[in-house]
Amino acid sequence: MSLTITVSILVSVIAAATPLLLAATGELVTEKSGVLNLGVEGMMLMGAVTGVAATLLTENWFAGVVTAAVAGAAFSLIFGVLVLTLRANQVASGLALTIFGTGLSAVIGTPFVGQPLARLPVFDAPVLSDMPILGPLLFGHDVLVYVSIGMLLAVAWFLNRSRLGLVLRAVGESHDSAHAIGYQVIAIRYGAVAFGGMMAGLAGAHISLALTPFWAENMTAGRGWIALALIVFASWRPLRVLAGAYLFGAVTIAQLHVQGFGIPIPSQFLSALPYLATVIVLVIISSNAARVRLNAPACIGKAFAPAA
Amino acid sequence: MGPAASRPRLELRGISKSFPGTKANDNVDFTVLPGEIHALLGENGAGKSTLVKIIYGVLRADAGDILWDSQPVEIQTPKAARALGIGMVFQHFSLFEALTVAENIELGMDDPGDRRTLHARISALAEQYNLPLEPGRHVHTLSVGEKQRIEIIRALLQDPKLLIMDEPTSVLTPQEAEALLGTLRRLADEGRSILYISHKLEEVIALCHRATILRGGKVVADCDPAKESPRSMAELMIGTRLTPPKRTAIEAAGPERLVIEHLSAEPPDQFGTALRNIGLTVRGGEIVGIAGVAGNGQNELMAFLSGEQRAPAAEMIRIGGTPAGLLGPNRRRDLSAAFVPEERIGHAAVPDMSLVENAVLTGHRTAGFVSRGFMLLRLAGQFAQRVCDGFKVRHPGIQHAAGSLSGGNLQKYVIGREIQQEPKLLVAMQPTWGVDSGAAAAIQQALIDLAGRGAAVLVISQDLDELLAISHRIAVLYSGRLSPPRPTDQFTIEEIGLLMAGHGAAGAADQEGRSAA
Repeated sequence: MSLTITVSILVSVIAAATPLLLAATGELVTEKSGVLNLGVEGMMLMGAVTGVAATLLTENWFAGVVTAAVAGAAFSLIFGVLVLTLRANQVASGLALTIFGTGLSAVIGTPFVGQPLARLPVFDAPVLSDMPILGPLLFGHDVLVYVSIGMLLAVAWFLNRSRLGLVLRAVGESHDSAHAIGYQVIAIRYGAVAFGGMMAGLAGAHISLALTPFWAENMTAGRGWIALALIVFASWRPLRVLAGAYLFGAVTIAQLHVQGFGIPIPSQFLSALPYLATVIVLVIISSNAARVRLNAPACIGKAFAPAA
Repeated sequence: MGPAASRPRLELRGISKSFPGTKANDNVDFTVLPGEIHALLGENGAGKSTLVKIIYGVLRADAGDILWDSQPVEIQTPKAARALGIGMVFQHFSLFEALTVAENIELGMDDPGDRRTLHARISALAEQYNLPLEPGRHVHTLSVGEKQRIEIIRALLQDPKLLIMDEPTSVLTPQEAEALLGTLRRLADEGRSILYISHKLEEVIALCHRATILRGGKVVADCDPAKESPRSMAELMIGTRLTPPKRTAIEAAGPERLVIEHLSAEPPDQFGTALRNIGLTVRGGEIVGIAGVAGNGQNELMAFLSGEQRAPAAEMIRIGGTPAGLLGPNRRRDLSAAFVPEERIGHAAVPDMSLVENAVLTGHRTAGFVSRGFMLLRLAGQFAQRVCDGFKVRHPGIQHAAGSLSGGNLQKYVIGREIQQEPKLLVAMQPTWGVDSGAAAAIQQALIDLAGRGAAVLVISQDLDELLAISHRIAVLYSGRLSPPRPTDQFTIEEIGLLMAGHGAAGAADQEGRSAA
């Protein structure tokens, strides 16, 4: 009996961790190229609302997922033009993108508020899904869960093993040197920003199409910020992003279960738990300045203006 | 040993290049033969780097022809130069600190192939040319000499027929430099040509088969270094007779102006160097030099001396007898100390502020430029003018931005600004770095004169020749430890070189936590 409960808790942890993992994987690539995009929350909301809209209008979940990814990428390119072409401040532009995304998604979503829609289909394998413990852990998830893990592994391989990944890291490390050697700093950063936007769009779609399948204003509820914190927590390493996403997912689920067991702590405190955990983790990580400096891309947040 | 007489590998005919206001190259002719090590000499601004950039395809000449193996060629880009077989090792490395050796090399290649083969090729080349280097190490853990090897191997992987080296030994210890010269001779024996740019004339005499000397963008001499002396070549470079700075003997040791005692500190991050039990006393009237290869704790020591970093305890640094380890830079200036940091732009001077405003920045307390919170700009202006006149700073006007001055002139201004305040203690780091020999001699003379007026002067420099010329005593910083200082005339270059490479210094410094003058 208790084993069944444990397995069901783990399954819900996987679901809760998926949007964090998707968004953080995208932002990791963006930051590795030297761009800090604080607009993750806004891009996720845009993905969430366009995913719902497209699914309801076409009655096809796949169209919804693709629309969310495209919308996230397109929205991130607004940020890209501002900070890469016009060399605006990245922090201010990222915050503006989040505020803009929050507002725009609310406007787009007005006709869809509260409309029920079908949850993303889950992947079941005959026989295997019925295995004890492993069955429910490995199967029965929606497609984005598998996409999130697959993309993270792909990104880990891309950054550490591929030549383009090496160039991307070099651009984030020293854009002047990379430019001197002859790499297209701005083009590479545009690609990284768009990838980050696409993944944030998918993260939003997972929330609005799988976790809680309907649209509500501001429904990402700060998960974009947790994803950003996660990257610092993981000190810019892909596999640690995976571990961190599941850890934060577990904290989110833990507070629900604590409330469910009727432990006499005000629910507001428990709901704040994931954010509190974020703050605590960030303080602990940042207290070791050397570690952050060693792993952080050296050019993060700096505008690149090629010397004449 | 000498190159075979044959068709030139590279021939330049009538190369000219103008920039607004200057003619950087004026009708330059010269040739490099296969297997020849050819020196290119000249003062800063003589047109060496412009010429090299034209050869490497970074700049295009306004007029003139380039012949490669007797065929006329147009070199439009560095990539085209590499395709011809021209490799270049830059003076300031374009390396990525957080990446590994192999990754850095891969990034700089047009066709790196797969990684495992590349690792093997790097190791093979490192073995073949005696350039020890581990492909998997991260660059930030390497010494300057090792970083340079990365650049050399990166160039050699392209199998160049002509290798351009821009001041390759200026950052090396004498022993590292000697090893590099051996490697270069081996490359030349294989028939590769080397174009060698250096300010170290002894080295040019020992290494090079021929030398071309530029002055004001023109070729003024083409000579056989073996038949010249360093002095004769230096005079060809500057066009006048050379007056080296004259060090004066100390008549009587003055009071202790700076005492460093048992200064130990952990670095703020792993890119830094820990300081270990540093002890040194500098007295009025003397110049003490701290030699050492960059990255052995110079930046950390300078930060502790200037007050940008607080020392762990007040007693570790005493200025004029007052414990100053915990004081900030302003309070230390109140004790009549002055500091000249290494980077003139952004550290010693604010490039977008005028010379007058930059004078106020360090003189606001000691020179009385501030009264009741208001700047006395007229006073500061007179001060700035005096500095410019006294130190022959060529400038467009004292109200112009510091950034509009050339490097050498700004350095003279920064040094002059501190000296004009007549400090009792001056700590200067790399005072003549990147400054041409005329300006360098003026700066060195100014330091000598300041000491002659009774001030204590501490110079932290990588330029051993400079320290030998001006210091009364020299200590060597290696890996955060300072060797006991010794009178300059009791040191040989070899001994200093061994200390710079970390041989025989460590134990002595520990025993003598504080070494008396």
